[in-house]
Amino acid sequence: MTPAQTLPMAASDRWLIGLACVGVLLLATLPWLGSALIVDKLIYLFILVMFAVMWNLLAGYAGLVSVGQQAFIGLGGYALIRLVDAGFPPFPMILAAAVLTGVVAWALSWFVLRMKAGEFAIATWVIAETIRSIVMFDPIVQGETGTSLLALNAYDPDLRRMVLYLMALTMMVVMVWGTWVLLQRRIGAESQAIRDDEDAAASVGISTFQVKQRIYIIASVGCALAGALWLASAITFQPRTSFGVQWSVFMLFMVLVGGIGTFIGPILGALLFFALQEIFGDFGAWYLAGIGIVAILFALYLPRGLVGLWLDRGRDEPLSMRKRLGL
Amino acid sequence: MLDSLIQGILLGGYYSVLAAGLSLMFGVVRFINLAHGDMAVLGALGSLWLVQSAGVTVPLAIVLTLLGMAALGWLMQRFIFERALAGGFLIPILVTIGLGAALQNGMFAAFGSDTKSLGAHIGNLSWSSWELPGGIFVGQLPVYMFATAVLVLGALHLLLTRTAFGRAVRATSTDAEAASLCGVDPRKVHRWAAAIAVALAGLAGIFLAMRAQVTPFSGPMMLIFAFEAVVIGGIGSLRGTLIGGIVLGVVQSLGALISPQISILAGHLVFLAVLGWRLMQTTAADRGGWRTALAAVLNKPDLARRKV
Amino acid sequence: MTAALTLTDLVGRHGQLQAIKGLSLTIAANEVLAVIGANGAGKTTLMRMIAGLHPVAEGGILLHGSPVTKMPAHERVKAGIALSPEGRRLFGDMTVAENLMIAAENGRKGDWTLATVCDAFPQLTPLLGRLAGGLSGGQRQAVAIGRALIANPSVILLDEVSLGLSPAAVEGLYSSLAGLKGKVTLIVVEQDLTRAMGFASRLICIAEGVLELDGTPATLTRQQITDAYFGIHKAEEPSHA
Repeated sequence: MTPAQTLPMAASDRWLIGLACVGVLLLATLPWLGSALIVDKLIYLFILVMFAVMWNLLAGYAGLVSVGQQAFIGLGGYALIRLVDAGFPPFPMILAAAVLTGVVAWALSWFVLRMKAGEFAIATWVIAETIRSIVMFDPIVQGETGTSLLALNAYDPDLRRMVLYLMALTMMVVMVWGTWVLLQRRIGAESQAIRDDEDAAASVGISTFQVKQRIYIIASVGCALAGALWLASAITFQPRTSFGVQWSVFMLFMVLVGGIGTFIGPILGALLFFALQEIFGDFGAWYLAGIGIVAILFALYLPRGLVGLWLDRGRDEPLSMRKRLGL
Repeated sequence: MLDSLIQGILLGGYYSVLAAGLSLMFGVVRFINLAHGDMAVLGALGSLWLVQSAGVTVPLAIVLTLLGMAALGWLMQRFIFERALAGGFLIPILVTIGLGAALQNGMFAAFGSDTKSLGAHIGNLSWSSWELPGGIFVGQLPVYMFATAVLVLGALHLLLTRTAFGRAVRATSTDAEAASLCGVDPRKVHRWAAAIAVALAGLAGIFLAMRAQVTPFSGPMMLIFAFEAVVIGGIGSLRGTLIGGIVLGVVQSLGALISPQISILAGHLVFLAVLGWRLMQTTAADRGGWRTALAAVLNKPDLARRKV
Repeated sequence: MTAALTLTDLVGRHGQLQAIKGLSLTIAANEVLAVIGANGAGKTTLMRMIAGLHPVAEGGILLHGSPVTKMPAHERVKAGIALSPEGRRLFGDMTVAENLMIAAENGRKGDWTLATVCDAFPQLTPLLGRLAGGLSGGQRQAVAIGRALIANPSVILLDEVSLGLSPAAVEGLYSSLAGLKGKVTLIVVEQDLTRAMGFASRLICIAEGVLELDGTPATLTRQQITDAYFGIHKAEEPSHA
């Protein structure tokens, strides 16, 4: 537990963190005030933030551009289905499902982390497809048909919504805060060094595999947790949806538009994506095609995202890791 | 069993055409086009639109589609990929994922979701077959497709090994800067390579449209098949791509004997096994196992020098 | 008569670092110029700038009086500049003949063809069918020079001609290169001072991106060159043409 040397935090960052704390406290009281619809939507927003933060940890900080994190989103949901089917209580099992998925991620890491760049991207995708095909053999899942988390229907819908909301809020806070803490430790500086130049990082004695493995497992557990929560709120488990590559597209969009490799970028990206979905979601396929085009434009013309726009005006990156670590 | 084997080999022709485009982009322009499968679907739906809505004959539709796809590839390289490649390894991945999403949903919005096939427009070709001794029936369409695939890959091989353009392509893929010192414009080579690669995707799309139903969302799976064929056959040789495509086709059609669900899974598993085996070889060489290390030194000097 | 190559206040950067700091030089047609200097002095950067591989930050390059400063490398080949780069940079998985053909097909038309290049570098003839990746250092250098020559340049740049080669290979190469004198403008980066003085008609020394010394082998003393090489003191300011 050796923290890397950090520089003192800027005053504006302190304000931002204070503001975030107040915001979280306000959000925590919301289910007693807001309508069921708003609560449901916010659960989805929290899940999006978790996805974005986890994918940014993976791609933005460790340079591991995965197109296969849906493997863990789906597995988190599937593990929850299985555990609940075995008679365990649903809510605690959300956590257990994530831990189980972490074990799978650990096993897979030995294989996938030996690949690089585009090869890694496609291999993770094929693995997600493979896992989906295998899950579809499970008699409970019934192939394409899928199944439902019927046990949750035993709870009062309002209570269920309340519990899920608070769980989602807590987990989002834990993931955001945990990433913050993690990135200030040695592993944060090391992973960024690997992203920038793996050979150089190895030559100064960083055990690159170990660092990447830790980040990969953490990001996978995070996605599994968010995936299990999403299933618990959506109830229906369909392999094509849960293991769908659209999750990767969403994650990529949020992180890219917000600002890849920045701390605050993916959170901004998730908020923006959520807003876009609320406004344009009714346009269906045209909306999703637009999302793809916006992603291309950002990648080509604004690769540092919205945070990059902010930086171009000569302002400091809010909550910058690079700065804190003196990189 | 023998029947499935033949079906699988013939299917392999389709996969190898699909894979050849991906492999060409990877080998020459140095990036994996994650929208390759979606471009194939674009070719499929484009040719279908020409036939069904514009009333063009099938042969003309094929020619127009291939020309259109080649032009598209050239333009995309010129206006999108060139810029993306200048931004490091991350940007091309992000751009092509975005492109894939845009193509899939754009095609869905434009063409609708109902599955379509060219099969209805090619007369009795889609179902007529030859009987081989031993009572095995071989469909004429798969045979023609396989023959086309072999011809196309063979022609491409000759183009790359025997012509000035081919030499320029190979030189650029080895060392773009050194190629420019020989008077070759690497960007021009990249654009033409992209044109050929996307035209190959279009051809694979036309094959798909003839032999099966196409939906706007078929692309990701086609990309995966293409990548599997490339990896199984070994990157960088067209013969390897053909072999990779055939192996994938055979594995899938043998898998289908057990159950339709196993078919695609079997392909994934063989791919992962080959990938794992390759990685293990490299790792073993890294650790200095004498047998593999020796083999690595003899066959691939660059492999032996790689650090852990 | 216009000069073959005119460099005016050339500045070349590696990031923040200036590798070439305002260098001016005029090279007459068919001159044989040797460039010497310590490692990191900027010789290779200068060659790459003339060939169009390294961007010119400031200043300009004229080839036979017409500007080529903004031209990309492949167009400069067609305008008549060819570089045999540091490290040779052959296409290893292609045959020697193919390596030469690429430059012949994409360069200028002229007297140099596969046959005449093989006449000038007889050591190439038995190698034509072999893969370039499997050649020895001397053979690789001969192919690299042949590849530059076959593009029919009017100015030919040879970076680090004898680096890493056996004395016999160096001897063989230079006796072949001697045959080029008077036919093309030849700019040779050479670490071996004796060799450079014996071969070239003019000699310049670069230290830390600056032209330290400019003269002919007949007028320069070894002491002057050694001092310039290590940048010990400024030699007389070279006349900027």
